[in-house]
Amino acid sequence: MTLFWVLAIALIATAVFTVTQRSPVYSVVGLLANFVALATLYLTLNAEFIFVMQILVYAGAILVLFVFVINLLSAGTGPFSEGPNRMPRARVPAVLVGLTGFGFLIYGLARGPLGILPLHVATSQPGEVGRSGVFGSVADFGVALFSTHLLPFEITAFILMVAVIGVVVLAGDAAPAETRGHHVRRRAQEREPIVKAER
Amino acid sequence: MSAPMEIDVSVYIVLSAVIFFIGLGGVILRRNPLIMVMAIELMFNAANLALIAFARAWTNNAGQIFAFLVITVAAAEVAIGLAIVVVVFRRAKNVDVDEIAGLRG
Repeated sequence: MTLFWVLAIALIATAVFTVTQRSPVYSVVGLLANFVALATLYLTLNAEFIFVMQILVYAGAILVLFVFVINLLSAGTGPFSEGPNRMPRARVPAVLVGLTGFGFLIYGLARGPLGILPLHVATSQPGEVGRSGVFGSVADFGVALFSTHLLPFEITAFILMVAVIGVVVLAGDAAPAETRGHHVRRRAQEREPIVKAER
Repeated sequence: MSAPMEIDVSVYIVLSAVIFFIGLGGVILRRNPLIMVMAIELMFNAANLALIAFARAWTNNAGQIFAFLVITVAAAEVAIGLAIVVVVFRRAKNVDVDEIAGLRG
C-alpha cells in the first residue's frame, strides 16, 4: 500500500520532470527514474517477465539509444564538453549508489547461493515465484505467449525487421548532399589515374 | 495475497491516465523532438500500466502479453523516430520542430 503511493508519486514527479526539463540529458535521467519506478510497480502487479523486459528494453536499450542520439546531435556544443569536470559533486552520490548496489548484491548472494544468511521463509516463500500455475509467473507467460498468442508474437518479428530496414535506409542516407559529393570527390582524387581513364 | 491486492484497479487506471496526459502535454507543448519522443515513451508506458493492471484485476495473462508486444513496438518506434531526428538535424541544422517545414504543401 505504502509502496504503491511512493511509486505513484515518483512516477508522476519523474514524468513531469522529464517533460519540463530544458536539456534532453536531464529528461533522459528523469525518464530512467520513471522506467525503474514503473518496473517496480509491475513487480507488485505480478508481472515478473514484464518487469525484466522493462528494465532490459526500456532502461537498457531505449535510454542508451537516447543518450547516443543526444551525444550525436550536441557533439562539441553541449555544456558537458566544456572544462575537464563539469560535475565534481556527482562523485559522492555515484560512489554511494555503486556501494548500495554492491551491498544488495552481496546480501542476495549471502542469502541465496552462498547460504551464509538464512532465508526468511515467513515473508518470502521460496519456489513459488516463477512456478507454473501461479498467476504472472514466467512459465505461464511463456506458455501463453507461444500457444494462444503466437501470431502476435510472430508479427512482432516482422515489425522489428521493418524497423531495422527503416533505420538502415534512413541512417545510411543521412549525409547531406554536399558532404556526400565532397566524399566522392576526395575518393576520386585518391584514385586519380583510374578516374581519368574513365573520363 | 500481498499489499497491492488492497488497491482497486481504478486507482491504477487513474495513475495511468495522469501519466498519459503528462506525456500528451509534453508532445503538444515541447518543441525539442527528442523530448517529444520521450513524452511518447511516457504515453506507451501509461498504456502498459493500464494493460498490466487489468491483467492483474482479471488474473488473465493476455494483458501482460500485449504489454510485451507494446514494449517491442515502442522499441521499434524509438529506433525509427531517433533515426528521423538525426536525419532532420543533419539537413536542417536545428532541433526545433516548428522551424522544420520541408514537407509543407
